[in-house]
Amino acid sequence: MSGLLRRSPIGLAGVVILALLAVVAVLSYLGLLPYDPVAQHPPARFLAPSGEHLFGTDQFGRDVFSRVAAGVGNSALIAVVAVAFATVVGTLGGLVSGFYRGLADGAIGGVTNVLFAFPPLLLALSLASVLDRNWFTIAVAIAIVYVPIFIRVTRGPVLSLREIEYVKAAVSTGLSRWQIMLRHVLPNITSIIVIQVALSLSWAVLTEASLSFLGLGTPPPAPSLGSMIFEARSLVFVAPWTLIAPGAVVVLLVVGLNLLGDGLRDTLDPRNRGKR
Amino acid sequence: MTILRNRVLRRVAETLGILFGVAVFVFVMLRAIPGDQITAGLGTEAAALTPAQRQALEQYYGLDQSLVTQFFSWLGNMFTGNFGYSARSQQSVLELTLHSLPVTFELAVFSIVLALLIGVPLGMLAASRTNSVRDAAGQVVSLAGLSIPAFLLATTLLSVFAASFGFNPNGQGFATLVDDPLLNLRQMLLPSLVLGFGIAAPILRTTRTAVLEVRSNDFVRTARAKGVPERRLQIRHVLGNALVPIVTMTGLQFGYLLGGAVVVEQIFSVPGIGRQVLLGIQQKEYAVVQSTVLVIALAFVLVNLLTDGLYRLIDPRVRAS
Repeated sequence: MSGLLRRSPIGLAGVVILALLAVVAVLSYLGLLPYDPVAQHPPARFLAPSGEHLFGTDQFGRDVFSRVAAGVGNSALIAVVAVAFATVVGTLGGLVSGFYRGLADGAIGGVTNVLFAFPPLLLALSLASVLDRNWFTIAVAIAIVYVPIFIRVTRGPVLSLREIEYVKAAVSTGLSRWQIMLRHVLPNITSIIVIQVALSLSWAVLTEASLSFLGLGTPPPAPSLGSMIFEARSLVFVAPWTLIAPGAVVVLLVVGLNLLGDGLRDTLDPRNRGKR
Repeated sequence: MTILRNRVLRRVAETLGILFGVAVFVFVMLRAIPGDQITAGLGTEAAALTPAQRQALEQYYGLDQSLVTQFFSWLGNMFTGNFGYSARSQQSVLELTLHSLPVTFELAVFSIVLALLIGVPLGMLAASRTNSVRDAAGQVVSLAGLSIPAFLLATTLLSVFAASFGFNPNGQGFATLVDDPLLNLRQMLLPSLVLGFGIAAPILRTTRTAVLEVRSNDFVRTARAKGVPERRLQIRHVLGNALVPIVTMTGLQFGYLLGGAVVVEQIFSVPGIGRQVLLGIQQKEYAVVQSTVLVIALAFVLVNLLTDGLYRLIDPRVRAS
């Protein structure tokens, strides 16, 4: 994949941005942030950005850089878990649906259609509102929204692959259906899945941020980019850095993922080959 | 003709099936919440109910019935226009919806118009010379549209416009298009700009790709050789043929629009259907949430059906096949 990305400068730009943010996220997981992201320190309220507080402090004297870093860690965790879940379940669903056809296809197609009847953010919102809220249930709510996308994206290619000679040859050698699906069909749809993963990650980050902005994400005081922006609404003119820092970082994160997705699409999708 | 009618009938039957599935899903989802209407209404005081009182309330709310009976009685009520009652606003959910749905519809129409006004010309401009500065500019605009969350853009615009230009029409009570058209348009401006910017990005990308594809056809070369003026060529011949993917993409964005409406309506205090769901969730009025989510899904499914029809109308090839 590294070789493929080298051929796409925008993909490379995406990787650089994401690597930078990944370092920040890892620092937050290891507890190596300059300040405790939830520790309040009222005397140090609304300090402007300085060497001591890179992104300044908020209305409770909390260090904005540490909070943003922890928020990136939180967003990344939720997005990765959600998309991993959606990828595994959705791809399996698409494989079974396209390969077995018949009743399985009908049942999976029915569920897919029902889930597609909801606007994505509304579905995530409704699911998040009924679940006991913590980072994992938010990830599950987002995952459910993206499962049908993976089903639909994989089912089509599987349908056409099963009619191709080498798959038929594999059938005649007596391999079981699951062996054929995993060994002969799945490797041929990986590029489609990889592109979809990158794009879904960017939507997952946006969905998580929107949920926490609306107060339906991970509950406070856990730092989340969306809820930080919500809290900063009324502070824009007192302490603009409380809005600018998390805002810029969430945009950077999504831009990085979108660039990576576009780069992968340009290099992996055969329809785009030789176009650029 | 009969084939066409069969296909339409099949599509309608399919849609009804989907809607039934949606109703089941919404019903089951909201039953997953711990507690019921009684604890939601009374809060901690519910613990003080005697068993007899509790039983009476359960009977009153129909909670003593089986889930299947509860489901069908809810669905049956929806058909007769009984969507439930919102105790906090002292209004029936049908009344609430009749007020909020047109507001969101107006917002959606403005957003789509703005998105097309931004996305289509920029997409054509980007396609007019690939790998040029204008192409790169188009890519940057679309990347920004895809990457800037609606809530961030809305929050920023709201503060900046209010503070720098004293423009905050959303600070006062909402006016409908009938009450005060001028104020209404001012109030709709920023929300639809935010939503429109979000959808403009995929429309821009689709327009660019579609225009590039159409332009590589022989008939464009023929038309140019015949001396069709460039402007007419670009609009009638190229854009006309690129319209199908653009319309499809616009229809697909409706889901984003209805979801984004929740966020944008909340920020700009626009009393639309998205805000109605959010208020229902925040105030734990699950009767409101259940019926409103179903109405939104219905609207979404109908729009998809409509896009399908529209696309048959524009593209004679789809009609014939």
